[in-house]
Amino acid sequence: MSSRPRVSVPATAASGDIIEIKALISHTMESGQRRDASGNRIPRKIINAFACTFNGEPVFSCAIEPAVAANPFLSFSARVTESGTFRFTWTDDDGSVFEAEEAIEVS
Amino acid sequence: MTLIKDRRGAGPLLTRRTFGLLAGAGAATLALPSYLRAQDKPRVVVIGGGAGGATAARYLAKDSDGALDVTLINNTETYTTCFFSNIYLGGYRDLQSITHGYDALVSQYGINKVTGTAVAIDRDAKTVRLEDGTDIAYDRLVVAPGIDIIYDSIAGYSEEAAETAPHAWKGGPQTEILKTRLDALEDGQNIVMVTPPNPYRCPPGPYERVSMMAHVLKAKGYTQSKIFVLDPKETFSKQALFQEGWETHYPGMVEWYGPDVIGEIAGVDVAAGAVETGFDTFEGALLNIIPAQRAGAIAVEADLVNETGFCPIDAASMKSSADENIYVIGDASIAGDMPKSGFSANSQAKVAAMSIRAELTGSSAFPARYANTCWSLIETDDGVKVGAQYEPAEGKITATSTFVSQPGETAELRKETYEESVVWYDSMIADTFGITA
Repeated sequence: MSSRPRVSVPATAASGDIIEIKALISHTMESGQRRDASGNRIPRKIINAFACTFNGEPVFSCAIEPAVAANPFLSFSARVTESGTFRFTWTDDDGSVFEAEEAIEVS
Repeated sequence: MTLIKDRRGAGPLLTRRTFGLLAGAGAATLALPSYLRAQDKPRVVVIGGGAGGATAARYLAKDSDGALDVTLINNTETYTTCFFSNIYLGGYRDLQSITHGYDALVSQYGINKVTGTAVAIDRDAKTVRLEDGTDIAYDRLVVAPGIDIIYDSIAGYSEEAAETAPHAWKGGPQTEILKTRLDALEDGQNIVMVTPPNPYRCPPGPYERVSMMAHVLKAKGYTQSKIFVLDPKETFSKQALFQEGWETHYPGMVEWYGPDVIGEIAGVDVAAGAVETGFDTFEGALLNIIPAQRAGAIAVEADLVNETGFCPIDAASMKSSADENIYVIGDASIAGDMPKSGFSANSQAKVAAMSIRAELTGSSAFPARYANTCWSLIETDDGVKVGAQYEPAEGKITATSTFVSQPGETAELRKETYEESVVWYDSMIADTFGITA
């Protein structure tokens, strides 16, 4: 099952505006606690970290734990003073990193 | 001798109990042409031949034992039930098994079946106008038109768009379109479902449908397809049960998002297979769009609805708050704590029939008692249910006791629950249409 990120950033804003950013990734977030039909533990496989940067500067980051439900959704705010690009990364237990980016024009 | 008032002011009518005495006194009555004799009886007309209307017609005819002239108006020759249409979608039944006719109601209960569409009610003259111009007179009218889909509640959606992106929220051709489209999906193709805002027909229905669509994809060995469920509601019926079931049976396949994630559902582009939300655009090879709903058009036309789009009723009788000669039952009614379901409609129909018989024939009216159960199938033999008993209290139909399946139940209990629903379906059909499945 593919893990596809979705992000939402306003296309434009005025300098100094506080904007809302939303980020979602499709992921089963297998906690490692569940057992399959034959009683074997299903190995943990979650997104364990998320980070957002703007023009290379950190904006928001967090560690994500097994208790978080499937398809983790994050929403946070940022103040923008210049045009640029938000970059988003999600890190999987297996080491793979999912990425997305979104540009904003600030006037 | 029991006498009741005749609305036409021509004097009291006789109940069937007194009819034997009269017949002995004047055999000439019996020599009259049948249509004249029929006019001597109080006339009850029922609009809508679904779970509510057909049950009302059957109970009116059956329990009055010929004392009432009962006419059932339905716009089709047969009726495909919306309940169990998800089971058809899941491939557990064929469409024929959820499609029923009215022959038994006509032949065994003497009900006049009229195939036509009621387009207007003259509440002063007490007549129902059919599309072809025919007027049918009534002493009491039962309005059971079910729901109408409010197509323009979702931008870009329409009756025409529903041919491609079916709502399938009325049993019949729409259900078939959805089934055909579902069965044609290839692995990796996605489904986007938009669920309706409250109040709507069959609260757990959209989520049982998600389960049945996932079952079909899983049974074909698909591992790449997803079902995105875009919900205008924060929570939904039997949510913990469905979400547990989706995680267990269809891991990673179902993604449900409420308004806290997606915001508003901004619109659909049926040609592009896309649903635009306040968060992102969701794309799928199959769109299943279930818009907001209101009472069937005839109830709106006859001004029986309030600002909610549904019909207020007296909780003790199902009588319309707007007209003392009209009863509204089933999905079109505002039934307090009762959900809009076939079971509810069937239960309400019996209360309405009892109240009407009491008014027209002087029979006993007992305190109203209602019941409902909604079963849902999550995966083969994994059935769950929610239900309640109800009675009138504080001006509305109020739940007096409730029950709901619990997460983590044994497979054996879940199988029993599903089997119970199958038995219920057959007895429901027998009770509604007078036929044994």
